[in-house]
Amino acid sequence: MDEDPVDALVATAPDGIDFDGLSVEKHADGYTFETPEAVRTGLEEAALRELAAEDAHVGNWYFWHAVAPQTDARWAFLRWLEGAEDHAVPERYDALADGLATEWGQLQVAVSLDGPAGRTYELRHVEDAETPAGELDDHDDPLAARDLAKHDDDGDYRPLKTAPTLQTGWRFPALGAPDIVEAVHAFYPATVQNWHREREGELDIDHWHETVSRQTGIYGVVRTWDRGEGYEHVNWVAEACCDDSQCLKRREWQYDGETELDVDGGDGEFPCREPCSLVIAAARQWTKLEGEQTRTYEFELTPSEKAQVEAIIEAVADGRADDIREADVYDGANRYRTRFLRAKLFDDEGNLAGVETDD
Amino acid sequence: MEQALVIAAHGSHLNAESSTPTFSHADTVRATGAFSEVRESFWKEEPHFREALRTVDAEEVYLVPLFISEGYFTEQVIPREFRLEEWDPELWDSDGTSADVATLTAGDTGQTVHYCGPVGTHDSMSDVIVQRAKSVTDDPDVGDGVGLAVVGHGTERNENSAKAIEYHADRIAEQDRFDEVKALFMDEDPEVDDVTDFFDSEDSEAHSASGRSHGRRPCEDVVVVPLFIADGYHTQEDIPEDMGLCEDYRDGWDVPETVDGHRIWYAGAVGTEPLMADVVLERTADAGADVSAAIEQIRGESGAGPAAGNNLQ
Repeated sequence: MDEDPVDALVATAPDGIDFDGLSVEKHADGYTFETPEAVRTGLEEAALRELAAEDAHVGNWYFWHAVAPQTDARWAFLRWLEGAEDHAVPERYDALADGLATEWGQLQVAVSLDGPAGRTYELRHVEDAETPAGELDDHDDPLAARDLAKHDDDGDYRPLKTAPTLQTGWRFPALGAPDIVEAVHAFYPATVQNWHREREGELDIDHWHETVSRQTGIYGVVRTWDRGEGYEHVNWVAEACCDDSQCLKRREWQYDGETELDVDGGDGEFPCREPCSLVIAAARQWTKLEGEQTRTYEFELTPSEKAQVEAIIEAVADGRADDIREADVYDGANRYRTRFLRAKLFDDEGNLAGVETDD
Repeated sequence: MEQALVIAAHGSHLNAESSTPTFSHADTVRATGAFSEVRESFWKEEPHFREALRTVDAEEVYLVPLFISEGYFTEQVIPREFRLEEWDPELWDSDGTSADVATLTAGDTGQTVHYCGPVGTHDSMSDVIVQRAKSVTDDPDVGDGVGLAVVGHGTERNENSAKAIEYHADRIAEQDRFDEVKALFMDEDPEVDDVTDFFDSEDSEAHSASGRSHGRRPCEDVVVVPLFIADGYHTQEDIPEDMGLCEDYRDGWDVPETVDGHRIWYAGAVGTEPLMADVVLERTADAGADVSAAIEQIRGESGAGPAAGNNLQ
């Protein structure tokens, strides 16, 4: 890995090199050195070395074979970060000279050249794209991402790593190729591997029905929610939990292999291959709640009060309740408005309009 | 051939600290360089059990459950979620505390997985409990005149839960290091609520009321070590309140805290003890991993002594 790229090129030439527009071969009459820009044949080793030392294709070839991690998923991800499959080396190296930024969920990865045969990766929150570096806390160890991923900007615990609530204010200024993949894994575990499997047509999707069918223990009850009466309940689960506003993975699982859900799976870069543990834990609670029969309650509300109840549900469901300004009494989910509604409509036991829940 | 370590832990949807010991022990093992890769994985967090193996490049994986007892998680959940399709609990041939290793192939990745028994039932876990007692009392010679209570959850899901606690309590008792060693439980007898009764003096009221007699001199000092992997609801709320360390866990407690004339040295979850990383390594060593240098290193750093897992025998 510390070898000189030109030495490595000369050593590898007898086996032939054909990569990203660079072709090098050794023949009886000397070396051939070919790029989209030039073809040279019959070269002595010294001439080959001189050419190779000047050409970006050589450093590029060396980086992808001797520096970048060689495992398929990691390699493909790093290639994707710099658009390597779509852009020729000279054009790509021009872009990398200025730093080439790509988004992965709420991460921004900026790739730059680190010498002709190296790359350095800067990682930060997409919302910090324009934040001066001096205002961000710098980290070098990719495993530091585990701690950053734990809490949001309010200090609340994030049980779902791919929730769009990643905290801001940090930066990994210069990670190497293996470490950027590790840091991404710490923020968004297994997303690189599942993205790669999907690109290869090998994503192993476990749909809702298969996933709930394998549950046991306290989660075994979720199996009883599938009573053969359709999949509307699963639409509701997906709308509640898997929307882009809640999770950045793109939901690829459906009700089962034949039955697609009616709600959108989202636009995320990386796929979701089965209902996650949060979905299953919530579904366990819904299985219990949805076992109840409806009944008729009678309340008297003004039209504005009915609209206000709806506004409160909307605000909580959209995570907007904390954002409503203190004195914005025009918003139905405003705290004063809500407290007024409670003061007027609840009895001492907290029953809406004095109507008991179990009467 | 490169060998990787995957640690399987419970994790939590609610408690941010649940994963902390897992990360910490993984980092300790990582620093030894014994494995080409070390990965944490969780039941309730990510990387999830389902997707941990695909993030590991090595073809050979040692999978160690960071769980206290053999049972539901080690016998059903982990093998299922890791897709160890040929798994059968009989492969461990365990009496409830003697699981060792079963070598299987992962259905989704084709990797060879050496599926180890949980850390909690490994013999070297007894060392960690003693080490925890040393840590909390800040006394490397702790034992003389001191009682030790090893506290477990009890039989909520399976009888092995209590077996693991009793197994280590018995092993430590055989050492004759502490004046008295008791296995206590949260939800079955003998209960942790009555902790002071079990270490009481001959003339105390609590003792005469309970009618228990151990024929030993009283232990004024009692070290209480909960056999849990992470600190959380049970170790930081339930048990302290049940033992009378505090009325309300939010008020906190002193270490030691005086209860019914005893000084209770409450250690918190044993799983947070740095020496736990040694137990993880011991599990892989028993499964054939070449980690003896790493074990020596960790035991040396912790002051636990060199005899890997055998210094009680």
